[in-house]
Amino acid sequence: MADDELKRLVTDQIPHLRRYARALVGERDRADDLVQDSLERAWSRLGLWRRDGNMRAWLFTIMHNLNANAVRQAKRRPRHDPIDETLIMPSTPPNQEQRLELNALSAAIAGLPVDQRAVVLLVGLEQMRYDEVAEILDLPLGTVMSRLHRARERLRRALSGEAVPALRRVK
Amino acid sequence: MTGPRRPDANDLHALADGQLDPARAAEMTAALAELPEARCVADYQRINTGLHALYDHVLEEPAPERLLNPPRASSWRARWAGAGYAAAALALLVVGATGGWYARDSMIKSRQEQIAMVRPAAIAHIVYAVEKRHPVEVGADEEEHLVRWLSNRLKHQLKVPKLDTIGFKLVGGRLLPGESGTAAQFMYENAQGRRMTLYVRADINGLRETAFRYGDEGGVGVFYWIDGPMGYAITGQFGREELLGIARKVYEQLEG
Repeated sequence: MADDELKRLVTDQIPHLRRYARALVGERDRADDLVQDSLERAWSRLGLWRRDGNMRAWLFTIMHNLNANAVRQAKRRPRHDPIDETLIMPSTPPNQEQRLELNALSAAIAGLPVDQRAVVLLVGLEQMRYDEVAEILDLPLGTVMSRLHRARERLRRALSGEAVPALRRVK
Repeated sequence: MTGPRRPDANDLHALADGQLDPARAAEMTAALAELPEARCVADYQRINTGLHALYDHVLEEPAPERLLNPPRASSWRARWAGAGYAAAALALLVVGATGGWYARDSMIKSRQEQIAMVRPAAIAHIVYAVEKRHPVEVGADEEEHLVRWLSNRLKHQLKVPKLDTIGFKLVGGRLLPGESGTAAQFMYENAQGRRMTLYVRADINGLRETAFRYGDEGGVGVFYWIDGPMGYAITGQFGREELLGIARKVYEQLEG
């Protein structure tokens, strides 16, 4: 494969890496910092990438590992700021009720532990197969499924307006 | 146990995420009609829809310059060492200067490619791959005639990849209406009866050549590339990685 084909495989993923990072860490600049760090690492190791490998999984793995390191170093959960409402631009403007639900969802996502948030976003937003998520997060499939279940049950309860004590974040 | 088993939590998630095979999905859907768990599936899907409403706009945002900037020379030095530093420096300069426009341009180009390749290939696949009795117009038993006929109609000598080594046999092919003329579809099937189609156009106009790309239309994944007037797209309801393996094999034979 020529160098620019390889480069194209990487750059094709940038919008997806940005979307996932935005949902994972919240604030725009911090999300793009994570994407930039991931891309720099990917460029420098592109020679090591298996030509028959899954580029998307490889890039998301790099990003996951960088974020996990950052979380460990900071010894706290990444800050997840509420989404700026002006940034919500779905193709059809949501009505009031939908907007409230989206805000509730955004807040509930921010309140999830980061390892559950990663699973629910890779599956629900990036539409990855469960086995691909397991590969990226380096987890057994069963753990992926149980995290997905816990995350979605929390989100469901949050959306239905039930009090979810476990959702409260430690500041 | 007789009858379908009651869906467990994993089934509910897999159904909501479209990760069950069609037979199992149909069975689950039927079973759920009677069960309160149907509510969970609807809620999980509502969450997925909500995630897209919240974050899909990021896909459309132009990426900031710093992400599109070429890799810094330091990280590329190792790879370029043998190729000559001057060439690398020149390449970086050129990419650096055009990076911003390139990104904007590339977004428009990819929309055009979506319309020219991804969409028609995905639609043709969806329409014909499910056909039991008439999946193709001319069967593989008349392969020579099939290739001659479609080559004549597309006014370009076509090649039919041999994919036996990866378990796919040619079913046959058909002529399709293209954007400005004719297009062709070749259909393959594996031992499990799963189908893959190769969509070919010979009337690409005004789109630059591309490397291997991935696109998606209505949940159907498509690998494609454009080479002069020719456009090739490989479509099938397989995992992306599996489809990539198939597409690479096709690419090797057609471009190799």
